[in-house]
Amino acid sequence: MPLLEVKNLKTYFRVKRGSVKAVDNVSFEVEKGEAMGLVGESGCGKTTIALSILRILPSNGKILGGNILFRGTDLVKLTEDEMRTNVRWKGISIVFQGAMNALNPVYKVGEQIIESIRLHEEYVTKEQADERVEKLFELVGVDPSRRDNYPHEFSGGMRQRAMIAMALSCNPELLIGDEPGTALDVIVAAQVLKLMNDLRMKLNLSMIMISHDLSIIAETCQKTAIMYGGKIGEYADITKVFKEPLHPYTQGLMGAFPGIRAEKTRMSSIPGSPPDLLSPPPACRFHPRCKYAMDICRTKEPELVDVGKKHYVACHLVHQRI
Amino acid sequence: MVETTVRVEDLKKWFPVRMGFFGSLVSRKELFVHAVDGISFEVQKGEIFGLAGESGSGKTTTGRVILRLTNPTSGKILFKDKDITRLRDRQLKPFRQKMQMVFQDPYESLNPRMTIFDIVAEPLRIHGGLSPKETEDKVHKTLDNVELTPPEEFTTRYPHELSGGQRQRVGVARALTLEPEFIVADEPVSMLDVSIRAEVLNLMVDLREKMQVAFLYITHDLAVARHTCDKVAIMYLGKIMEKGPIEKLIFEPLHPYTQALIAAVPVPDPSSKRIDAMIKGEIPSPVNPPSGCRFHTRCQCYIGDICRTVEPLLVETAKDHCVACHLYGNSKESAAKAGGD
Repeated sequence: MPLLEVKNLKTYFRVKRGSVKAVDNVSFEVEKGEAMGLVGESGCGKTTIALSILRILPSNGKILGGNILFRGTDLVKLTEDEMRTNVRWKGISIVFQGAMNALNPVYKVGEQIIESIRLHEEYVTKEQADERVEKLFELVGVDPSRRDNYPHEFSGGMRQRAMIAMALSCNPELLIGDEPGTALDVIVAAQVLKLMNDLRMKLNLSMIMISHDLSIIAETCQKTAIMYGGKIGEYADITKVFKEPLHPYTQGLMGAFPGIRAEKTRMSSIPGSPPDLLSPPPACRFHPRCKYAMDICRTKEPELVDVGKKHYVACHLVHQRI
Repeated sequence: MVETTVRVEDLKKWFPVRMGFFGSLVSRKELFVHAVDGISFEVQKGEIFGLAGESGSGKTTTGRVILRLTNPTSGKILFKDKDITRLRDRQLKPFRQKMQMVFQDPYESLNPRMTIFDIVAEPLRIHGGLSPKETEDKVHKTLDNVELTPPEEFTTRYPHELSGGQRQRVGVARALTLEPEFIVADEPVSMLDVSIRAEVLNLMVDLREKMQVAFLYITHDLAVARHTCDKVAIMYLGKIMEKGPIEKLIFEPLHPYTQALIAAVPVPDPSSKRIDAMIKGEIPSPVNPPSGCRFHTRCQCYIGDICRTVEPLLVETAKDHCVACHLYGNSKESAAKAGGD
């Protein structure tokens, strides 16, 4: 049984002009010790999936359908109390994008981590929690004596490391990284990603890595789902996606990410812009930007079908070929 | 035949650090942020020159100083061999026509209350001399050039009606209407979605070919620089660490910092194993940059006291390929010169 199984998840946001179909019928699995990547442009629903799994959606967001099975329990059906005491932080935790803004500037960094430990594990004393923070700081590569510092005394990379320490403070089995490197400088971002990768192997964690950068996913994950307009377009083992991308959108994204040592080429872009999820294009959501679009693409929605060896693609063109 | 469009010589820009009344009583010494600290390079006609480095390395300040959006502390800026370093506003105006800028954020740099026509025509109005009909023709031609076609469909629209990529093309069009010879593009694609970045970058490459515009392309992304630039300079704490043709820098990087930057770029290939030797730490404060070689605090190739005490000079090691590092000798020479500065 996989550690996490998301089945037909539907999360919509209510706004004045209607409902934003941010996540529409998304399914995937994460095994124990495995890292999965969620890739896509801004507004494709990556972060909404993460927020849905932890049930921390903003008040206008709602899970309208589907199941999120974590260790066999459906998180969608749990009460708020059960989520807090059993799931959040003890089972699943998250590292957000802007580590700079995620820490409270008027409390010491160590105190904030102690607070999160004691909130989720009420029986832990302050002293025990402090000991744990010391070990966690060592684990993420920050000098433990710095736990009495305030966030402004930390550099960006250290703050992100502290956030990772906080996420690991209650021994979760699944860690979600929501663009953990994006707001950092190139070198520091690489350090943080390496740390997360090392920790995953050391602690046998499962991970969901969210990023718009295919290269980052290629380096850290074993499998990946390419998202477009709230849906998964392609879902497979990482080597399969990179060696033979089947969905035209995946192919387009690949062209937009030239390797630094690759042959000097003209970069390719995908014409048009990402869809407005208030009124997404009918049928295949990618068809207005797809150079292979056929009549069927405008009338019938392609399903995510296994085209061989667990390589799932939602595209009529690929389906016709097999 | 090469024609130099812009040359900077030993350019410096220091920003004073405000200390307040009490601070100024306690400490006599004035403090400065050494944003740009003595750099020299040139950009040739029809060339895309990349300026790369981490944030805080002085890339953006360099771009702004060259355009005289802020005044340099010392050094020289030459535009087609004319010294524009100390020109006054009125004398500078004809040069402003020839030097333009594309800003980072197309969501912030276009006035939401102006139509696309007004945005693109504004530079023409400021620099004057065109009849309304000529202005209109010119705007249409420029929009055509940046592939916002047909132009009539865009001129009456407002920025919020356009997508990010289209907005940035309006930003490019605004810089192009005056037919400049030099454009500073400050991270023009970092705010855009990945699938549309290439369209703006390719536009830049095409314009270079079609109109022989020289670009100073400021970026932190070496992978993108590799596919767009001809030459590149790597900056660190206000200094150029290495510069040269892009191929050389990527495939035969000499400076340990360049090597680290390249190693930090993720590779879109799951089977590649990147070198694990990642440098440690983060960029130090430019208020009090490290002595000697500014990179010595993080360098994985530290060779001894010389790195800590003597500042290495930027020395040419091969044709057009310059590096500032003691690993490649020239310590005596650089010591003598550094002492003489």
